[in-house]
Amino acid sequence: MQSFQNPTENEFAVSCQSVSKHYIKNSPFEKLNVKALENISFDVSRGELFGIIGPDGAGKTTLFRILTTLILADEGTVSIEGNDVVKDFKSIRNEVGYMPGRFSLYQDLTVEENLNVFAKVFKTSIEENYHLIEDIYKQIEPFKKRRAGKLSGGMKQKLALCCALIHKPKVLFLDEPTTGVDPVSRKEFWDMLKRLKAQNITILVSTPYMDEASLCDRIALIQNGSFLKIDTPKNIVNQFPHELWSVSSDAMSKLLNDLRKIPNIRSCFSFGESHHVTLKNKDWSVDELKVVLEKYEHTSVEIKVIEASIEDCFMDLT
Amino acid sequence: MEQFLTFVRKEFYHIFRDRWTMIILLVLPIMMLILFGFMMSTEVKNTRFAIYDPSRDAATQGIVNKISMSDYFIFSGYLDSPEQVEEVFRSGKIGLVIVFGERFYENMMHTGDAQVQLIADGSDPNTASTLTMYATRLITLYQQDVMGEMKIPYQIKPEVKLLYNPTLKGSYNFVPGVMGMILMLICAMMTSVSIAREKELGTMEVLLVSPMKPIQIIISKVVPYFFVSVVNLATILLLSVFVLDMPINGSLGLLILISLIFIFVSLALGLLISSAVDKQMVALLISAMVMMMPVMMLSGMMFPLENMPLPLQWLSQIIPAKWFMIAVKKIMIEGLGFSSVVKEFTVLSSMAVILIAASVKRFKYRLE
Repeated sequence: MQSFQNPTENEFAVSCQSVSKHYIKNSPFEKLNVKALENISFDVSRGELFGIIGPDGAGKTTLFRILTTLILADEGTVSIEGNDVVKDFKSIRNEVGYMPGRFSLYQDLTVEENLNVFAKVFKTSIEENYHLIEDIYKQIEPFKKRRAGKLSGGMKQKLALCCALIHKPKVLFLDEPTTGVDPVSRKEFWDMLKRLKAQNITILVSTPYMDEASLCDRIALIQNGSFLKIDTPKNIVNQFPHELWSVSSDAMSKLLNDLRKIPNIRSCFSFGESHHVTLKNKDWSVDELKVVLEKYEHTSVEIKVIEASIEDCFMDLT
Repeated sequence: MEQFLTFVRKEFYHIFRDRWTMIILLVLPIMMLILFGFMMSTEVKNTRFAIYDPSRDAATQGIVNKISMSDYFIFSGYLDSPEQVEEVFRSGKIGLVIVFGERFYENMMHTGDAQVQLIADGSDPNTASTLTMYATRLITLYQQDVMGEMKIPYQIKPEVKLLYNPTLKGSYNFVPGVMGMILMLICAMMTSVSIAREKELGTMEVLLVSPMKPIQIIISKVVPYFFVSVVNLATILLLSVFVLDMPINGSLGLLILISLIFIFVSLALGLLISSAVDKQMVALLISAMVMMMPVMMLSGMMFPLENMPLPLQWLSQIIPAKWFMIAVKKIMIEGLGFSSVVKEFTVLSSMAVILIAASVKRFKYRLE
């Protein structure tokens, strides 16, 4: 019965159990023990597109580095495709594709040369797995003689994705692939991820952009090194426990301050063109708030009941 | 194998596509050799000298002629009084003043006690002692000429012969030193910087998460710089022989062999540095400070090791360039064979083995 002892082990592409990581930061005056990750547990099924959503400094990169065997966790176990990140790191390194957060290709090599180097590093050739990258590579192929350092942000990321994909990895780790990329390229990038998912490649992607969360199968919200919630984007939104109003007026920054002074307002955050407000006392109506705001001398006050977004959920959870 | 070759080619692209890397790798060695070749030489040529000569007789005239005829000195003029001596030194144009006693010829012939004083600028002791040495020698030569005619029966004639470097050429000492310095600089600095660059740009992260073994990464980093170093070695040797008139008295093959071993030591040192640092700047500083300085100071290139305090002499034992310099001098200048440089070979080879082993062992296959 030995082989059935751990029946779940091979069901998941990525399995992460109570991982913690601390950094010792040597400042000139004292040793600071900085907590990077605290008790992180999650599983990713084969072929799933799993998003890790959180602001800068939440611990996304540290988590990715642990998952890709680059650093060791202080506590907890991680296995990728059934291989342990500590013992079997060599076989993991054969099977995964990793795209680090910052652009990490050779800037002085051309697009084609970069792709070739990474193909050869993984003991394959561009021709062998061209079908995998074809959709993406076609877009940058006109520039294949251009040095990678001279590409635009979006093209750089597409090239980096090609390089991470060229050896047909089983699991793909993308650390903030769309940071610093224009909105059109971001959308294209996510379309590509969907197509890759159709090829049954497990994808883990991290992003600080909450609007990208809904494009994942499941997401984990991360803040200060801890997961706040793991679920499908839809469930997370549906579980938002409050009624959400969007409020706007002619003087937006004064409005934010005034809203926060009103005792019945539970929370209020600025969301671009409007402020999102939740209430302590659910009996209040939209008109009642409008009256209060007009007392604060606000003109053309508009209040709408809206559905929560992932970002609202994130703000609510922190 | 294909993986390895692609990686080596990639490394060559890095070298050839960066103008500054190219300059450092190929132009810097030539500049350094030429500069040091003409700067660091201790030879003194065409120094202007002045005479204060109250006697003005045949003997003083003979000496002045003898000195003026040599390559080292140019006669600049007579001084009218001893007070002028300081004045001419202050003007900075005169390197040596010769002061004869009164009635020089008479004294020389009759009492045998003719006096001549050599005055040089002691603020530069090396030049001053070289100048006075040359002048003394020329005066002695003149004396021998005169005495030879007289046939004085008893005379001790010390004949000084400087083996291997009869004309006291400075290049004989510094060329091996500069060779050591350049090879050290190129190999150690460039390899450590190139690995640090991969770490700094984040490409190392991607390489680590790949099937490439650490030893493969290391070797494919070393190979291109090894080739560049061999090119440099050839340039240095050609320049030394044809521009700086260095002889290669011993076997060229042996010289190349010891240089290749030394290149390995330097490359390994570069790898060791790169395993400890993450930033190109730090790699550069460490190579420059920790290696250039000891190589220049403690290899015997600038200052003779024998005159150093004992602790520094002990320290110099672990400077690879010191052993390299000794071996190169033995082979190039003294023309000795393999049996005389066995010790240097052994020391350098074991250094290479230890350093390469250490850098492979220290290579981090994770980020921390």
